[in-house]
Amino acid sequence: MDKVVQADELSGVAIAGTAGPAMEMIKLFQLQLEYYEKVEGQALSLEGKANQLSMMVRSNLPAAMQGLIVVPIFAGYDPLVSRGRLWDYDPTGGRYEERDFVATGSGSALAGTVLRVGWKQQLSREAAIDLAARALWEASDADAATGGPDVLRGIYPIVASIDSAGWQRVDDDSLAVTYATIMGEVRQR
Amino acid sequence: MSMPFYVSPEQMMKDRADYARKGIARGRALIAVQTPTCIVIVAENPSSTLRKVSEIYDRIAFAGVGKYNEFDQLRVAGVRAAELRGYQYSRNDVDAKSLANQYAQVLGDVFSTMGPKPLEVELLVAEVADTPENDRLFHILYDGTLLDERSFCVLGGDAEGIAKRMEASYRNDLDLDSAIKVAVAALTAGDRTLAAADLEVATLTRSGKRRAFTRVDDATVASALR
Repeated sequence: MDKVVQADELSGVAIAGTAGPAMEMIKLFQLQLEYYEKVEGQALSLEGKANQLSMMVRSNLPAAMQGLIVVPIFAGYDPLVSRGRLWDYDPTGGRYEERDFVATGSGSALAGTVLRVGWKQQLSREAAIDLAARALWEASDADAATGGPDVLRGIYPIVASIDSAGWQRVDDDSLAVTYATIMGEVRQR
Repeated sequence: MSMPFYVSPEQMMKDRADYARKGIARGRALIAVQTPTCIVIVAENPSSTLRKVSEIYDRIAFAGVGKYNEFDQLRVAGVRAAELRGYQYSRNDVDAKSLANQYAQVLGDVFSTMGPKPLEVELLVAEVADTPENDRLFHILYDGTLLDERSFCVLGGDAEGIAKRMEASYRNDLDLDSAIKVAVAALTAGDRTLAAADLEVATLTRSGKRRAFTRVDDATVASALR
């Protein structure tokens, strides 16, 4: 199962929470974006997509009250303002645009702290991927419900970047190198 | 009490067919052409917002001629039907054949029984496959007649004349540029010419990308026509 998925050409969703409802939500979200694009002849604005997802999270509220929470992150490149944008959600459908970085899920406080310490203006793509990998490492170390890399079996987190050219998955080989470096540093501590 | 005139069923069908045919003949034509790399759809359409050719699903395109509001309604219904099927089952279960059948059903019903007037449209449902042999070009007429065409397909006014010109110049090894050129030459009879701005061109590419549908912009069309 993928926790980070492409929503359309220029946007993607990362999910935390209950897997079943989350996958269903994303499937429907992808469908709605594509349906809108085909029927109207042009894609929704990024803000429109974020709003649409917010309504879907809100409609999950009754299930969330019974424990089946879904809290996604929505991220994408906004051609109207020529920059990347991020949104965080709460289980009631609250939509919060974040400026620089965001983490969600059970390990979000831990991962968020690593991001806050490491984040700088004008971070390159490589540096941002490295920082995100470190944040996940520390979060999975301290939080049992956060998954980390499984180096033995070669299973790594799903990492992707989005820019004006579109969505790009970071392949496992380069993540293997990133995590090998991180583990080397941890050993030296 | 007034007595309705007796109209024989044959006469009624003929009148309806004439009505629909006249409506379609007023519109401008479009051509779909199979090439080794893609299916090219070339439509004569001066508007760049009211589309005749559009995407239905990953490998399926739609094109309509005749009354815009009528075929656009059918287009949206097609997108909806395809998305619903893909959502309910799998993306692989969406195919042009069942979509074309649904369109034929609707047009046939409206023509013969339900509507106050027949729909003045002709539709094309095209599906691209890995090889040209497996491509599908379904041509649906105003009365629900469903035709499975090969190589190329002409819809709209003066379809016969255009098809004749197309027949003469079509080869199965055309590249995109020459396919556009051949199609535009077939669309224009005599000394009439069409500029890139008067054309709407789109392709279904055999590239293996999930969404095969792409619009060809005016600059590319202009350079192909040069």
